[in-house]
Amino acid sequence: MRKATVRRTCAALAAVTSLALAATACGGTTKEDVKNEGGAAASAGKADPNAETKKGLTVGFLPKQVNNPYFTTADKGGEKAVKELGSTYKEVGPSSATDTAGQVSYVNTLTQQQVDAMAVSAQDPGALCTALKQAMKNGIKVVTYDSDTTPGCRNAFISQASAEDLGRTEVQLLAEQIGYKGEIAILSAAQTATNQNTWIEFMKDELKDPKYKDMKLVKVAYGNDDAQQSFQQTQGLLQEHPNLKGIISPTTVGIKAAAQYLSGSKYKGKVRLTGLGTPNDMRKYVKNGTVEAFELWDPAKLGELAARTAVALASGQITGQEGETFEAGAMGEYTIGKDGVISLGKPTVFNAGNIDQFDF
Amino acid sequence: MPESGFPALRAVRWDTVVGALLVVVLLLSFTTVDGFGNALNLSFLIGNTLPIALIALPMTLLVVSGEIDLSVASTAGLSGAVMGALWNQGMSIETIIPVCLLIGVVCGLVNGLLVTRLGLPSLAVTIGTLAAYRGIAQIVLGSDAVTDFPAQYLDFAAGRIGDTFVPYAFLPFLALLAVAVVALHATPFGRSLFAIGASEEAARFAGIRVKRQKLVLFTLTGLMASLTGVFWALHYASARYDNATGLELSVVAAVLLGGIDFDGGKGTLGGAVAGVFLLGALQNVMSLQDVSAQSQTVVTGVLLVLSVLGPRVARQLAVARARRRAVEPPTASKAPAPTP
Amino acid sequence: MTVTAPEEAPVAGVPEAGATRLVDRVFKMRELAILAVFLVMIGVTQAGNSEFLSEQGIKDLLLNATILVLVATGQSLVVITRNVDLSVGSTLGISAFAAGVHLQGGGNPVVAVALAVLLGTGFGLLNGLLVSLGQVPALVVTLGTLYIIRGIDSIWVGSRQITAADLPGGFVDFGSGGISAVPYLALIALAVLVATAYYLKHFGSGRELYALGSNPEAARLAGIPVRKRILTAYTFCGALAGLAGALYLARFGNVDSGTGSGYELTVVSAVVVGGVVFTGGSGSVYGAALGALLLTSVNSVLPALGVSSVWVLAINGILLILAIAVDRVVALRVASALKKRNARHA
Repeated sequence: MRKATVRRTCAALAAVTSLALAATACGGTTKEDVKNEGGAAASAGKADPNAETKKGLTVGFLPKQVNNPYFTTADKGGEKAVKELGSTYKEVGPSSATDTAGQVSYVNTLTQQQVDAMAVSAQDPGALCTALKQAMKNGIKVVTYDSDTTPGCRNAFISQASAEDLGRTEVQLLAEQIGYKGEIAILSAAQTATNQNTWIEFMKDELKDPKYKDMKLVKVAYGNDDAQQSFQQTQGLLQEHPNLKGIISPTTVGIKAAAQYLSGSKYKGKVRLTGLGTPNDMRKYVKNGTVEAFELWDPAKLGELAARTAVALASGQITGQEGETFEAGAMGEYTIGKDGVISLGKPTVFNAGNIDQFDF
Repeated sequence: MPESGFPALRAVRWDTVVGALLVVVLLLSFTTVDGFGNALNLSFLIGNTLPIALIALPMTLLVVSGEIDLSVASTAGLSGAVMGALWNQGMSIETIIPVCLLIGVVCGLVNGLLVTRLGLPSLAVTIGTLAAYRGIAQIVLGSDAVTDFPAQYLDFAAGRIGDTFVPYAFLPFLALLAVAVVALHATPFGRSLFAIGASEEAARFAGIRVKRQKLVLFTLTGLMASLTGVFWALHYASARYDNATGLELSVVAAVLLGGIDFDGGKGTLGGAVAGVFLLGALQNVMSLQDVSAQSQTVVTGVLLVLSVLGPRVARQLAVARARRRAVEPPTASKAPAPTP
Repeated sequence: MTVTAPEEAPVAGVPEAGATRLVDRVFKMRELAILAVFLVMIGVTQAGNSEFLSEQGIKDLLLNATILVLVATGQSLVVITRNVDLSVGSTLGISAFAAGVHLQGGGNPVVAVALAVLLGTGFGLLNGLLVSLGQVPALVVTLGTLYIIRGIDSIWVGSRQITAADLPGGFVDFGSGGISAVPYLALIALAVLVATAYYLKHFGSGRELYALGSNPEAARLAGIPVRKRILTAYTFCGALAGLAGALYLARFGNVDSGTGSGYELTVVSAVVVGGVVFTGGSGSVYGAALGALLLTSVNSVLPALGVSSVWVLAINGILLILAIAVDRVVALRVASALKKRNARHA
């Protein structure tokens, strides 16, 4: 009796497999058949730089994750700007940074609530597109900040610093600290994190420069933005490469886990650590000598610029085309770059000299 | 005997309660919540709930027969990851989808064989395969997120019929739902599942091939999970190894809410589906009312605990009431008082 | 005609029947098996990378496992009674934050730890009451409390976080310090582990947990206060999760609303790999602790050997399935050996 079932299952499997193979023989839709559409989704109509800044709008902020200290700071910056411009602010978002389905439903919620503009930090470059396009069809202006989607799904992207600037300056910062010589490693977030991967590509490119010829990138480890995992990945790095001289961790969770581990281990002071961290997180480690210098942009300014861009879009002052400029209040004038990308500026370097001036 | 009618009546009643709750929530939201009742929102609501609903179908059958499969989300993730990896290799989509479904069948078979041939407890085994399948997905696709699938497939998975509230993908789901309802409630196969859940020993003595039924169920669950994985990757236009993480808990919570008893042998598919859409609708409404994500989590937890406490407390009350009635003399009898 | 003595509740001082000794021997073998796998794994890694077992390396291995060992010890008690507690991750998170808030306000570390344990005990009590009084399946209840506690934690924490700068230096140093290669935190976990194992073996109420797990009906008929025992198991599990939260704060120096999320599956895996079967009534806390040590070390072994960490999840899953399969085979063998022995003695 059992053999008959097994035989029948095998027959079924064989049938399905041969059908599948037959389908291949008949040719099918493959990657090459699908064409890419590029460019930002510019809103209809022409930009009118002299248009009045509209008041009484509703701007919705949708970060990757609520209750994440980094995003809270950014969104508070946005809130301040929105209120200053005379509009209403709201923040919604999923409680987990890997809940793409949740983030999509929040885009829908904001659409249903008929906000005038939304600022989104996308968990995934493609997953939000259908919902965002629907929102834009309903006349809502979409701005992404911190983490972008594919350009066609939003009107503009506020980049914290250009990915290139970030990648290259990280390497430069570490190189200065280790004397331009030695093995280095990178402790990143999740393997799928788009912004981290972009920065890492630029880091690798920077290392090709002859002045880094005595430095070698031996490994990229992934801590998944989890404290315990980042800890163990750091331990692994140090055990696998006992001559490691420096670590770059371009994620606020990774750098504080690595710093916490190093400061309690025999490697404190011997292995240099730098990366992207917040002053509040890193204050203790800078003071006790584990970390010499690290960098970040000001998340509050990021949120503020996102808010101002959203309002400018909703007021018709810009449409997201390359070359347009607009006034961002006290922050000055900003020009829209290729694919609707607006760069906040250069990252700030924090060290023992200036860390006490900041509180975020 | 009125007594034996009660348990079955109780099971039906909880399902009716959930169904009624769903209707009430929908009606209230249509009339009082801004932004709920339009076609776009409803289509989003349905589209978002579909992955949970799809997996709830075989999961209900599985739980009724006394087993559980916690690896469904990982199977979905694995099939999505394979889809992305093969697509990047240049394989055609018409070949990829059957291959992914095949992988789901294999995953389900492995679970089923471990449970039926080796006699391992399904809860523990599927926690193991949950990690194993997700791990394989990570090895297969690594850090990639594949997004450039062909437009017709993406539109089918994410689009809706004209401007109505019906997503294209809802129709195949309805068909699958119909098949599942018939299978569970109107065929000997379905009845045997209830028997197995109520008492495996008795079912075996009654001639039901318990192991074979369970193997079939696990395989079906794997197949549906991989179908959901493919749907997920197309609906969100993003195939990643960590797609659908945590989906199994949502399915379990929804199915529990729908009155499916985890000891097996009781429950209806209608209740399960009502539970799924009730949770989905509640989350949609709460978001529209600006209830924070954290508060929504608390509400889900409280609902879950109430949904299991409710029937038990009701049963204990009914048993106590029946016991009291049996002790008291029948006061309703019209027997004339004995005359001296 | 033989007169059989009335059934007595299994209590410490059970007559040393051959059957008990056989089962005890099996338990010990199970733990030895995990220990063997662990030692082989460490040995292979040390051969491949001589830095692995340096003083820092051993300290790291022990520290990494400490928190999981604590939570797994508590969870074992619950699983032994044929239940489960899925809310431990949420409890850990909220207790860690409670301790952090107290320290942030300039409080005493000992009081902070006590607060964490108290909070954990409270939630454990809640779970225990719902499971024992409500007679609701543990899986469902603790799934519900997982959501509820996580939600309350998120609302309370909001967007705040506790960072290392908020904590007194001594507290954080305690978290990474130790006596040469043995960290203080590991010593605490070891003390708790030994105490729990002693309780389970030498106290009547401890042994009753096993009886309860193997056959709840028989245990009830034998006079074991089932509800009280389940309540105790859950309360203890919650208390240990709370303690683990305080130690997490000392070790990582950082807590936010997501701390402890998803931890429950790791804990359950550690417990199952350690030989505490889901059907209840068998396994030991030493096994669970070894399971925890094994699972956390996989995560350290792979990077040290240069193997991509992408394999970790898959390896954990396979280990888990292997452990369950082995337990099942062993259980079947023991059952048939017992049957043969009983048949011989009858």
